Amino acid sequence: MSRLEILKTYKIYIGGQFPRTESGRYYVPKNGQNEPLGNICLSSRKDVRNAVSAARKATGWAERTAFNRGQILYRIAEMLEGRKAQFIEELILQGSNKKTAEIEVNLAVDRVVYYAGWCDKYQQIMGAVNPVSSSHFNFSVPEPTGVVGIVCPENQSLVGLVSLVLPVICGGNTCVVIASESLPLCAVTFAEVLNTSDLPGGVINILTGAKKELISPLASHMDVNAIIYGDNDEEQWKTLGILAADNVKRVSRLSKDWTNPENQDLYQIAETLEIKTTWHPIENIGGASSGY
Amino acid sequence: MTKKNKETIAMKWSYSPALESKDHINLREKYDLFINGKWMKPSSGKYFKTFNPADESFLAEVAHADAKDVDKAVQAARDAYNNVWSKISPSERAKYIYRIARLMQERAREFAVIETLDAGKTIRESRDVDVPLACNHFFYYAGWADKLDYAFPNRKVSSLGVAGQIIPWNFPLLMAAWKIAPALAAGNTVVLKPAETTPLTALKLAEIIEESGLPAGVVNIVTGFGDTGAAIVNHPDTDKIAFTGSTNVGKMIQKSLAGTNKKITLELGGKSANIIFEDAPIDQAVEGIINGIFFNQGHVCCAGSRLFVQESIADVVIRKLKDRMRSLFVGNPLDKNTDIGAINSKEQLATILKYINIGKEEGAEIFQLACDIPDKGYYCPPTLFTNVAQSSVIAQEEIFGPVLTIQTFRTVDEVIQKANNSPFGLAAGVWTDKGSRIFNLTTKLKAGVIWANTYNKFDPSSPFGGYKESGFGREGGLHGLSAYVKLS
Repeated sequence: MSRLEILKTYKIYIGGQFPRTESGRYYVPKNGQNEPLGNICLSSRKDVRNAVSAARKATGWAERTAFNRGQILYRIAEMLEGRKAQFIEELILQGSNKKTAEIEVNLAVDRVVYYAGWCDKYQQIMGAVNPVSSSHFNFSVPEPTGVVGIVCPENQSLVGLVSLVLPVICGGNTCVVIASESLPLCAVTFAEVLNTSDLPGGVINILTGAKKELISPLASHMDVNAIIYGDNDEEQWKTLGILAADNVKRVSRLSKDWTNPENQDLYQIAETLEIKTTWHPIENIGGASSGY
Repeated sequence: MTKKNKETIAMKWSYSPALESKDHINLREKYDLFINGKWMKPSSGKYFKTFNPADESFLAEVAHADAKDVDKAVQAARDAYNNVWSKISPSERAKYIYRIARLMQERAREFAVIETLDAGKTIRESRDVDVPLACNHFFYYAGWADKLDYAFPNRKVSSLGVAGQIIPWNFPLLMAAWKIAPALAAGNTVVLKPAETTPLTALKLAEIIEESGLPAGVVNIVTGFGDTGAAIVNHPDTDKIAFTGSTNVGKMIQKSLAGTNKKITLELGGKSANIIFEDAPIDQAVEGIINGIFFNQGHVCCAGSRLFVQESIADVVIRKLKDRMRSLFVGNPLDKNTDIGAINSKEQLATILKYINIGKEEGAEIFQLACDIPDKGYYCPPTLFTNVAQSSVIAQEEIFGPVLTIQTFRTVDEVIQKANNSPFGLAAGVWTDKGSRIFNLTTKLKAGVIWANTYNKFDPSSPFGGYKESGFGREGGLHGLSAYVKLS
């Protein structure tokens, strides 16, 4: 008698936990052959709200040392590497061929390593000591914007997500991610990778469901500081922009071919960083100079 | 103390007037629009008047640009960009900007007097702060024009095209410089709209630009009201919008640009915390608080309008603050002795008075400098409120006037929470003798500029701009360049 296969329950990822959507709803995306991919959580606005509050609670992530963040990101790469076979299988089920699936997964791992390395370096490239004309020591440092909403592209469901999320957390932000609606499997499995790495719960929260339903509550949420839009729907982009203005969110649109190894850089980290400048007086009693 | 000494102290001491001369300034009766290197009449034929807020006297008539005029200006900027400005070498671009800086320096005093007349700010500030900083801003950015590749490692830098720029009335010339200088250095052309109450120094700058020989259409200056600004924002052929002004208008601009791929920078309002710890040099801190809130009549987006005093020193700080306020001179901004000049407009004065009333109604305790103010013009005596709650309207909303709210705190964590509990995040001040505490606070305060044991300092090389609802993007320094470049 053949063994009965255990089917996976795909759940969402909020605050380091795997709840089902509070709405109790699901949807069944299908691949090109009309085969069902699974029963996927159809998240609701309340899930968005819970995810944002988990992300806000996790902003202590920014206070970790940069070196420690780098180590944790590297650990994500280690966990991802160990699960390669599963991601390849999912990508194939979602419609990729074996070769492109392998390329995508390898690239995703390498990209995590790439951003792991930036964690304790971007500050030195992007910061500055400013030569002001008064007796002050003046310096600028990059700091995280805060909580970032991320809308993933529909295709490139693994490497697209990794390419948008990693620069955001590399910079010390926390985030709420809306996964590819049509190809959600890798997003959920990636959450499992995160959960077994040392990333604190809440730093990355991942929701599956209908973008049409989830973008509005995310873009209008007053405790979200920035939105990265990675998809290609002009209507969504506009709606999101209008709602984002309610609390002056920083909005950027990043749609690139994420399977291109070149499409990763420092400037993507900069999208969700603020520059903070500090002025500090320099004692100048009696104008004594350092010369003779 | 002898009786005589007591009387001397009780006497109201005053200085003889020391008015800055305005004989040397050249103002036209009527200003047209500066488009494509020429002075053009507005298509509607409409002009509006600009007044001196210090005595309500008439200064000049200024053209009111409508959408047609804005379209001409954008077209001129586009042509200048395509045909001239994007083609000349970066080092030549630099030389034009240097030349503008020099011409401004030569006419510094004229600029200062006109700024004071049009905006109501004291001559001391326009002479020592606004005008030199504006000149220096051009001088600083000029040098970047041919060095942009060094600012963005590993990327090719190119200009955006036409930048639409809208500036406020609190630092009219300085804001024009903050907008125009980096835009030109990065190779863009510009359509700039000054505020309706303070158009004159931008128009004087247009004269200098004309004199500098800058190719026609590279900088266009269109005067007008909100409708003029909206025409710039909504013009399909602008590649970038830079706005400095109120948070409400900033949100409207962000909304109307949603769905487009125009680059935006917004420098909006603030409600900045000025925090004094018990180990701070108190007299120095009191000077800093005074400068933080009363500089430019409090018409400063980064004004230190929320004072947080550690409980143990609250009484002495408040006493010293009141003493220091008693020595401030409110009056004619052209007088070199004046500390607090005129409120920029009747409307702004009404807004400030509305907030003062709200403060009283909320039960806060008011202290206002008892002083004579001129019969004509718009003035508001320096004001502070004690017994203010975190939830008070006057502690939450931007007043944009000489009004300070005072709250107390006990611990570092408490004050960090209180200071960050605001939709704004432009600036903050920290007064303490302890270096490690300064760096703790500068890391934790969600604000773009932190002044440690100082306040309201600005420099062309120092980036300025906010977190949260105070806007996005930076102006000044290397970081100010990103707002005007495309990277590939």
